[in-house]
Amino acid sequence: MIQKKKEQIMQVIFQIAALASILAVALICLFLFAQGIPAIARIGLFDFLGGKLWRPTVAEPLFGILPMILGSIYITGGAIILGVPIGIFVAVFMARMCPKPIYRFLKPAINLMAGIPSVIYGFFGMMVLVPLIFELFGKRFDMMSGDSMLAASILLGIMILPTVISIAETNIRAVPQELYEGAIALGASHERAVFKVILPAAKSGVMAAIVLGVGRAIGETMAVKMVAGNQTMLRLPYEYFKGVRTLTTNIIVEMGYVERDSLHFGALIATGVVLFVFILIINLLFSIINQDKKSGGSK
Amino acid sequence: MIKSKTIYKLQDINLWYHDFQALKNVSMDIEEKKITAFIGPSGCGKSTLIKTLNRMNDLIEGCKVTGTIQLDGIDIYGDIDVNLLRKKVGMVFQKPNPFPMSVYDNIAFGPRTHGIKRRIELDEIVEKALRGAAIWEEVKDRLHKSALGLSGGQQQRLCIARALAVSPDVLLMDEPTSALDPISTGKIEDLMSELKEEYTVIIVTHNMQQATRISDKTAFFLLGEMIEFGDTEQIFSMPKEKTTENYISGRFG
Repeated sequence: MIQKKKEQIMQVIFQIAALASILAVALICLFLFAQGIPAIARIGLFDFLGGKLWRPTVAEPLFGILPMILGSIYITGGAIILGVPIGIFVAVFMARMCPKPIYRFLKPAINLMAGIPSVIYGFFGMMVLVPLIFELFGKRFDMMSGDSMLAASILLGIMILPTVISIAETNIRAVPQELYEGAIALGASHERAVFKVILPAAKSGVMAAIVLGVGRAIGETMAVKMVAGNQTMLRLPYEYFKGVRTLTTNIIVEMGYVERDSLHFGALIATGVVLFVFILIINLLFSIINQDKKSGGSK
Repeated sequence: MIKSKTIYKLQDINLWYHDFQALKNVSMDIEEKKITAFIGPSGCGKSTLIKTLNRMNDLIEGCKVTGTIQLDGIDIYGDIDVNLLRKKVGMVFQKPNPFPMSVYDNIAFGPRTHGIKRRIELDEIVEKALRGAAIWEEVKDRLHKSALGLSGGQQQRLCIARALAVSPDVLLMDEPTSALDPISTGKIEDLMSELKEEYTVIIVTHNMQQATRISDKTAFFLLGEMIEFGDTEQIFSMPKEKTTENYISGRFG
């Protein structure tokens, strides 16, 4: 009898905990959309998403966030191009090739990387990457400073490493040893067994790692603000040595001085809505991939 | 009776996992194009011994082997290419382990590993291997679908086909039917009898009926030692050793 009571109480506690987290998400959505949607409506969806100019404080203000949307995509894309291959190689190394003494050192180092506050990464970017980029490319590309998309992409490429590595490593490790043995027994070398059998078998898990890396990169604010140059001009993909502003930095840069409840304020929240939608899409992708994993990953 | 040719010559094999000695002074000659069965209770060393024949024990940390194993007169623990040894000596595992890729790619993995790239050649090898493992008819219409969609018995025959695709001389089978139902087991046993026309088959089995049904030679192991080795008929009807008799009559194990 008492046992049953206990179970009931525990169940209620768990339910409350679950509800609290769902409630938090629901409230964030509600707040974002309630404030952001009217602003988008006033600006006009097309002028907001497709507008090339962001002039929030002039007499006839313009609220076009296309430069920031592109800025976020460029920087995230660059971070993925740099960070994902490195991350996957490190994960393969850690899961299948690493001698134990190195692993004992490497694993905590990767965990530490995940725990470093993004402002510290930003400092590293400001003090090391930005001057380095300026020195290497400044003259050739007529740069004003080293603050650039390139700097932000490299920095984010480093910052997504721990996410990509730890998730990919877990999934590579989860591939049954029998598959490895099967490949070895056919005369495959260790490398061939790992890259042609183990890694493809972990494909959906590795994809999930990439998707979460994208989520981390697109949402990063502080480090990006410190190195990306914060220029609201519309950039083309090859203008990698120029500065940009991203969706996240747009919000943080202007939130400090914006007049509450003005259209400008609404436009910043609406920027948050766009960012939120990006994250939703990424999470949706993530769950689709996971579903694929459960069904055996077969096509 | 014509004396058949010896393919494997094992001499004084001792094997340790760290401090534990798993095989003690095993010496035996395995004949070509015969089915040789290793029987014995769990932990007797029969699976360990079969792993030494294609050096899969190299993967186990702390495993040490002394003695010599000659395959066609060449010491496989000497200066040889292990990958070529494993091409020559195929292996089928206890649990079917198809790769999570298409049926075709599963079979083509081995040949591709050994440098065959041409599509026509691969097509031919894949069909031949699948026919050889008596599974062609069942999978010919789904060659490019995932192998994971096959039943357990089909998966195991696919794994046999995969091993055949690199045209080995020897096929090692480590309890290949222990995870399968009786019907699938029957199919694989029939298959083995056909395979010995072309290949030397060495099988580890827990199932003594299976050993009597399919094997020509049987070796009985206990606690790391080979107690008795001879013609299957003789082992099961007139064992020379008392312990063999006790085991096959079900008094222990």
